[in-house]
Amino acid sequence: MSQIVGQAALPVSAPAFENMRERPSRLTRSKVRAAWIFLAPTLIILALIAGWPLARTIWFSFTDASLNNLSDYEFIGFENYIANYDGEWFGILTDPAWWRSVWNTVWFTLVSVSIETVLGIAVALILNAAFPGRGLMRAIILIPWAIPTVVSAKMWNWMLHDQFGVINDLLLRLGLIAAPITWTANSDTALWAVVMVDVWKTTPFMALLILAALQMLPGDIYEAAKVDGIHPVRVFFKVTLPLIRPALLVAVIFRALDALRVFDLIYVLTSNSKDTASMSVFARQQLVDFQEVGLGSAASTLIFLIIALLIVVTIAAGRVRLGGETL
Amino acid sequence: MADIVLKGVRKSFGNAKVIHGVDLDIRDGEFIVFVGPSGCGKSTLLRLIAGLEDITAGDLFIDGERVNDLPPAKRGIAMVFQSYALYPHMNVYENMAFGLELAKASKGQIEERVREAARLLQIDNLLERKPKELSGGQRQRVAIGRAIVRDPKVFLFDEPLSNLDAALRVNTRIEIAKLHTDTSATMIYVTHDQVEAMTLADRIVVLNAGRVEQVGTPLELYHRPANLFVAGFIGSPQMNFLKGHVSGASQIRLADGLTIAAPLANGLRSGDDVTLGVRPDHVRLSETGLAGRVALVEELGENHLLYVDLDALPGCRLTARAPGDARHKAGDRIAVEFDREACHLFDSTGQAAQLRERSASAPREGALT
Repeated sequence: MSQIVGQAALPVSAPAFENMRERPSRLTRSKVRAAWIFLAPTLIILALIAGWPLARTIWFSFTDASLNNLSDYEFIGFENYIANYDGEWFGILTDPAWWRSVWNTVWFTLVSVSIETVLGIAVALILNAAFPGRGLMRAIILIPWAIPTVVSAKMWNWMLHDQFGVINDLLLRLGLIAAPITWTANSDTALWAVVMVDVWKTTPFMALLILAALQMLPGDIYEAAKVDGIHPVRVFFKVTLPLIRPALLVAVIFRALDALRVFDLIYVLTSNSKDTASMSVFARQQLVDFQEVGLGSAASTLIFLIIALLIVVTIAAGRVRLGGETL
Repeated sequence: MADIVLKGVRKSFGNAKVIHGVDLDIRDGEFIVFVGPSGCGKSTLLRLIAGLEDITAGDLFIDGERVNDLPPAKRGIAMVFQSYALYPHMNVYENMAFGLELAKASKGQIEERVREAARLLQIDNLLERKPKELSGGQRQRVAIGRAIVRDPKVFLFDEPLSNLDAALRVNTRIEIAKLHTDTSATMIYVTHDQVEAMTLADRIVVLNAGRVEQVGTPLELYHRPANLFVAGFIGSPQMNFLKGHVSGASQIRLADGLTIAAPLANGLRSGDDVTLGVRPDHVRLSETGLAGRVALVEELGENHLLYVDLDALPGCRLTARAPGDARHKAGDRIAVEFDREACHLFDSTGQAAQLRERSASAPREGALT
């Protein structure tokens, strides 16, 4: 009996096995189907709230649409970006105001994220140490992050006011300055004022992300380092920093993404000043103040491309795997 | 090479007292094992010696120097952690060299020492690997190697084998014993595993609830446990305990009509409660002994364990170990006996009250019946 089955089964089962290799089993197929069903709502919502506006913005950037009549427009190709009429160049890419805003944004991002990272590490290291009242401290330090940007920007705006601001008052009393400084209007100080407020506001966020990474670190290696007599500063640079690097880079990317599209802080603190205008402020000005939906969309598209490019470069340079640890 | 002296060492965490005054004299080159159940304070005691915890009261001397206030690095120790404590982002070589780079050793010296330690531990082919690419046993070797390269006066091991599988544990145990022979450094080793304690130690320190129960060589502890706790803790399966009381001048009554003749040690008086202890290996099957019923049989191959419920002592389950395969099964009626010489006697406070010298003076009466 078994012999018969064996003989009959062999030629049949071999192709069947081949088949299985090429076609996933029924169980695998049902798993894949289930995965798509669970993913579908997210994909649909993403397409509606992110994909569609993005596609529409890109489309508008190739048109001469205007805000007062969005249904009446014509396709004009790349003219919003760059165009040449009678030997003269037009378009955003030739606009010094745009490049100024790009530079402002990049400078703001580099400076503020750098300061926030260093301060965030320092604050996180302090909060990671055991001391009485640590829980309360952790809650308190998050307050600046919890305040809406517009509110904190307005608050700092008053504090920085050249006539009635508490900061000028303080510095005058201390004798550090002879005359009040117009912090937010002076082109030398305006962007620094913006950076300072941003640092004040988002350092807690940085500290929190870094603190989470610090708390994941195994405690035993620090005891081993202690037994081996390795100086704490060396332990920080040789052990702690390499180990939190993946989390640190993710935090930096998060912050950089935020900083590159900064709008409300600058808009509230310095309105439409060219000295401080960010890319987002520039785009809003085109779109709303000048009603130029086409130009505004082109600016928005460029913002999208610039941010995407910078983040890709950062990720590649840092070899970050966003999905997991790199260790 | 150093001797270590603990004088009245105490440790409290807030209001919780963890170590209640430990006095200990560890000789130069000795292999000392701290053993005890979880939470007995053995790891804490090791960390006090290492300097990872502050001593609340008492004194600690290493090599004659009081080290209470010295940081770990200045105590001349190296420590191997239960979790290995390897730096995950460094390869094996860097892990072993990291602690040396500060010690004013030249690059060549460091390399020489690391390679020598790696050769000793047979991990010289793994120097480029990261810890995550190693097996548990290899990681433990790296951790031991990191200790070796520092050439410490004292090695401290905190349950170094508890994360390894059984076979690897035996191998690494043997290697640690060899390391001790080779380096002749003082070693203190914490474990909850009494097999490790018995096989590795020159002397074992049995700890319980923050107190030292007994210090002695492995065989001293096995043959002459100072109290009920040590008697129960050393030896597997656990020693059998039978409750009774002293009856007359030289008898211990376990139950009505069940007495054992015993020339009593000083201090015990008629009527005192006592506990009689007998190891499973000393319980023999017999025709005429204490009658009972086999409750459970465990076959271990080279020997087997019988759990016997005694008729005369309700609620008392005796463990007997005998060589070879079991010839009984659960439910069988059997009888057991044991030699009086093999018995341990403990007074009502749990302290050993030796049946007076087990020498020629004590008549050998044979089996207890």
